[in-house]
Amino acid sequence: MPTVAVDKEDLFERLGQSYTTEEFDHLCFEFGIELDEDTTVEVEEAVKKGLPAERPQLKIEVPANRYDLLCIEGIARALRVFLQKQKAPVYKLVEPASMLTATVSPETAQIRPFFACAILRNVAFTPRSYASFMDLQDKLHQNICRRRQLVAIGTHDLDTLEPPFRYEARPPNNIKFKPLNKSEEYTATELMNIYEGEKHLARYLHIIRDSPVYPIIYDKQDRVLSMPPIINSEHSKITLDTKNIFIDVTATDETKLNIVVNIVATMFSEYCAEPYSIEPVRVVYPDGRTVIQPDISSRRTTARASYINSCTALSLSSEEIASLLERMSLEASVSPSNPDEIQVDVPCTRPDIFHECDIMEDTAIAYGFNNLPRTFPTTSTVAQPLAVSKLSDLVRQEWAMAGWVEVLPLILCSHDENFAWLNRKDDNQTAIKLANPKTAEYQVIRTSLLPGLLKTIRENRKHPLPIRVFETSDIAVKDKSAERQSRNIRHAAAVWCNKTAGFEIVCGLLDRIMAMLEVPRIFTHTENATHGYYLKETEDPTFFPGRAAKIFYRPKGNPPYSESQMSQTPSGSGTAQEAAGSGPIAAVKEAVSAAVSKLKSTDDVEIGLIGILHPTVVEKFEIPYPCSALEFTLEPFMKEVPHIWADDA
Amino acid sequence: MAEQLQQLILDTIDREKEIKDTRTLTIPGDAAPATSQEAQLVVQGALNSLLSKEMVTYSMQEAFAYALTQEGNDIADKGSHEAVVWSVLPLKGQGTPLSIKDLKQKVGDETAKIGQGRAFKNGWIAKEGDGLVKLVQSIDDTTRNELAEIRATGTLAAGEKAIAELRKRKLVQQKKLLWFSAQKGSNFSTSLDKLETDLTAEMLQSGAWKTAKFKKYNFDAEGIPPNGGALHPLLKVREEFRNIFMEMGFAEMPTSQFVESGFWCFDTLFVPQQHPARDLQDTFYVSDPPESLSPPTDYYEKVQKVHTVGGYGSIGYRAPWSDADSRKLLLRTHTTASSSNLLWRLANRKGGFKPVKMFSIDRVFRNEATDATHLAEFHQVEGVVADYGISLADLIGFMQTFFKKMGIHNLRFKPAYNPYTEPSLEIFAFHPMLDKWVEIGNSGMFRPEMLAPMGLPDGVQVLGWGLSLERPTMIRYGINNIRTLVGHKVSIDSVEKSAAVRF
Repeated sequence: MPTVAVDKEDLFERLGQSYTTEEFDHLCFEFGIELDEDTTVEVEEAVKKGLPAERPQLKIEVPANRYDLLCIEGIARALRVFLQKQKAPVYKLVEPASMLTATVSPETAQIRPFFACAILRNVAFTPRSYASFMDLQDKLHQNICRRRQLVAIGTHDLDTLEPPFRYEARPPNNIKFKPLNKSEEYTATELMNIYEGEKHLARYLHIIRDSPVYPIIYDKQDRVLSMPPIINSEHSKITLDTKNIFIDVTATDETKLNIVVNIVATMFSEYCAEPYSIEPVRVVYPDGRTVIQPDISSRRTTARASYINSCTALSLSSEEIASLLERMSLEASVSPSNPDEIQVDVPCTRPDIFHECDIMEDTAIAYGFNNLPRTFPTTSTVAQPLAVSKLSDLVRQEWAMAGWVEVLPLILCSHDENFAWLNRKDDNQTAIKLANPKTAEYQVIRTSLLPGLLKTIRENRKHPLPIRVFETSDIAVKDKSAERQSRNIRHAAAVWCNKTAGFEIVCGLLDRIMAMLEVPRIFTHTENATHGYYLKETEDPTFFPGRAAKIFYRPKGNPPYSESQMSQTPSGSGTAQEAAGSGPIAAVKEAVSAAVSKLKSTDDVEIGLIGILHPTVVEKFEIPYPCSALEFTLEPFMKEVPHIWADDA
Repeated sequence: MAEQLQQLILDTIDREKEIKDTRTLTIPGDAAPATSQEAQLVVQGALNSLLSKEMVTYSMQEAFAYALTQEGNDIADKGSHEAVVWSVLPLKGQGTPLSIKDLKQKVGDETAKIGQGRAFKNGWIAKEGDGLVKLVQSIDDTTRNELAEIRATGTLAAGEKAIAELRKRKLVQQKKLLWFSAQKGSNFSTSLDKLETDLTAEMLQSGAWKTAKFKKYNFDAEGIPPNGGALHPLLKVREEFRNIFMEMGFAEMPTSQFVESGFWCFDTLFVPQQHPARDLQDTFYVSDPPESLSPPTDYYEKVQKVHTVGGYGSIGYRAPWSDADSRKLLLRTHTTASSSNLLWRLANRKGGFKPVKMFSIDRVFRNEATDATHLAEFHQVEGVVADYGISLADLIGFMQTFFKKMGIHNLRFKPAYNPYTEPSLEIFAFHPMLDKWVEIGNSGMFRPEMLAPMGLPDGVQVLGWGLSLERPTMIRYGINNIRTLVGHKVSIDSVEKSAAVRF
């Protein structure tokens, strides 16, 4: 949310009354803006110490879609109307005998096709209103203009220029002028180099740098007004003494173009000799289309009292709603043809209003959110947890009861932590990679819970041994068949760290959770069992040779994992084997066929790994003790929860 | 030995009625009475044992004794500086006088410097030419003798004046010496029963518990911590939130989708494509996989239309539309992406729309600079109620009940802006400790531009609210730095010690 600093004394003068900080805070709260800070105390203290101090300010946060509240002029106007101290001002276009014109050249279509202007006549600035005028442009540039990317504003002393104006786009070497606050002329190419070193402008250069043509605005005498969105010219710059202001706005879309020119013109038209009057300009597009700018007409729309009442649980008459809307600067009257309908004229300063629901909200704000009735929805529904949450909680409870400590590492990690440090190779088939992380800590979404557990142990090396930690949470892997090209998989993992590696301890933890899930262990002598889990020795670079095993699961009856499902959803995703380069499907198939040959079952699924971590792995994670680890997917163990509705599929 | 000493104390008291001064005792195995501090501490140990059985009582006394400093000990071992100097010089007339330089080399700078002066003063040595010689055949090294006596007895027969002189020379210091007077206790006896510390199975079997004497128990001592594990505090708070939702009849929404597309995370929620939330500075984008598959065509077209030209009574954003922005993959910035997907499915389910109350608590991601209160990952708690004809009053009333279950009774609502809710309400609660209103969550009614393209029937309103799981947890556990709550830097100890959550 943008924060606007306004002069406290000026604002209270405009509001026609003084407020204590608390009173003003309350007013802001009800209206939907937020008093962030009142600098009065700070200023008084500085004055007491004899330090230089500015005038006391109120720093007010305004909603990001209320461009009409980005300056003291707009805030004061809106609050005065809200407090019923005045009616919403009516902005009017005052056409001169002969309207100034501006033409748009076809080349602008390549870079910034839309152009608008407006003229404010006989303006009288004070130093503070002048500063506010500059600040509003800056606020608009930072917000709706998206750092000048979408829209850029230039303001000029009209008396230094001669119409008509031309908005063109030219190759940078064909542009030469004296820019604001420079004493010499430069070509646009030169300027791009010079501004590279000027921080406040350097951040806008990318918007046009690589374009073959740059936007540029000239007057009749070929004098440059602006090179949007970078800089204005020195020649036409406005000062405190400027009487007649020419506003130019360029944009990549017409909606934002109009919003911005309207806001600048309407906000500062109050300083014109005839307040709230704006002189239009005729803009001629290359296709001959002529637009009279700015278009400050209001938009007529209707809102139904019945709709507003049903949304707010109020029973207001149409007249009452209309008068509440007046307080929100919306011109409103009851429709002569339909008493339920309120005709609303949305002023050009309220582009945040799209729909009847926005008018409903303004009614509710004017009524007071905190004055609304408080009811309780009668919606009667059945509570229901997700199957995956129930299963996860079961594992968490059992393991905690078994003496293990739950930890909560981050889901994002570095590429090395997820691969190299676990002696795993990235085959680019599993891990989801981030494009714009701010630090190397966040390069990939983990495909294993092990890095987080090992980092937690590293940070807790001083904890008395043994350290036994677990996590039950999601990893994510690529999935070409899914719309978002990925899916989460709920894993459970645990690491034991002590002076001896303790394989049998993590094995015991696995046995315990399987016992709780009523999955029996399959031994060599019970290998014809129809349901259960077993370990099968494997070579895996994450683990110590001879101390690693795959965990296999043989589902009961109709297996949830058929052959075809498995090729879509390899349960071994993210395991070392897959990352080692053999591809996920191949890896699972190979594992399954190996299991088939030994155990004569076609349905066995590899669900995870168990073993003593390789000494090079614990070394990478700076753990000075041996560790045993266990990680497996919980997906095959989910128990379906009942459907809430009978007609659910 | 400990028992022998206890027996000695009991016997001595039995014989002499009391022990006036424990320094008169001779600890069994020692040659001399227990006059040193070390010996008295051993005696105190024995007295404490007897005291716990209430066999004796004792009182502590203080005396002062003298002990040698490091330098004093050195002198007692090797002799005084002057004696050392004297010892290395040749007797007058019996050898080459020792030059000052050679003396320093032999005995060291310090001894040479201090020793010379005193040896001259005592008339032990004299100067001869450039060197020094002994004047006397033998000396009496009084300093050393006195120090040796103090070391052995803690005092000096020569009296306070001599001691004061040695203290001035920093060879001797005063030390406190504790000693004790012991009397009979209420259970006094000369027979030292072995006291039992614990009731055992053998005692129950043999009946020995009936006659055994038990050691007095120290109820101030802490018990042994149990060996159990622990659940993470943040997830304990998550459980409490889940319970609150379930108590109110909410079903859990599936959210197992960290990666979302611009379409589901923003477009479907009527977040404009040029909205700052979609900036690289705020959102993690995915580089691999490169982009999402096409969203459901019919729905996609409706969403695009409501953004670009409006519809359903809305004028829309009337801004350019980018298919590429819709297809961009990103880490969800809110779980509302999942809610939106679920609401769309709900609108299009076979049996038609049914009213729902749903919740989720899951991880979301923001590409923000991290600090004490912000991490790149946090948990969002979200609730959604969809039904015909529900209102803002229902939302506010519902919030009141929801937060009351968390012990928050005083709420007020501020109008706010959120692209997908209208009205949007920020929820503030009065924080008694901070003595001010603090924002605790966001809520609102989903916009028609979001709901209508999904195909939800007319008249269905959807209320939604969200808050972070971390914030109430930090308040609950008094945590100031989020890194001590979430992530690998959290101490296991703090997980083990975090209290149960009872709002």
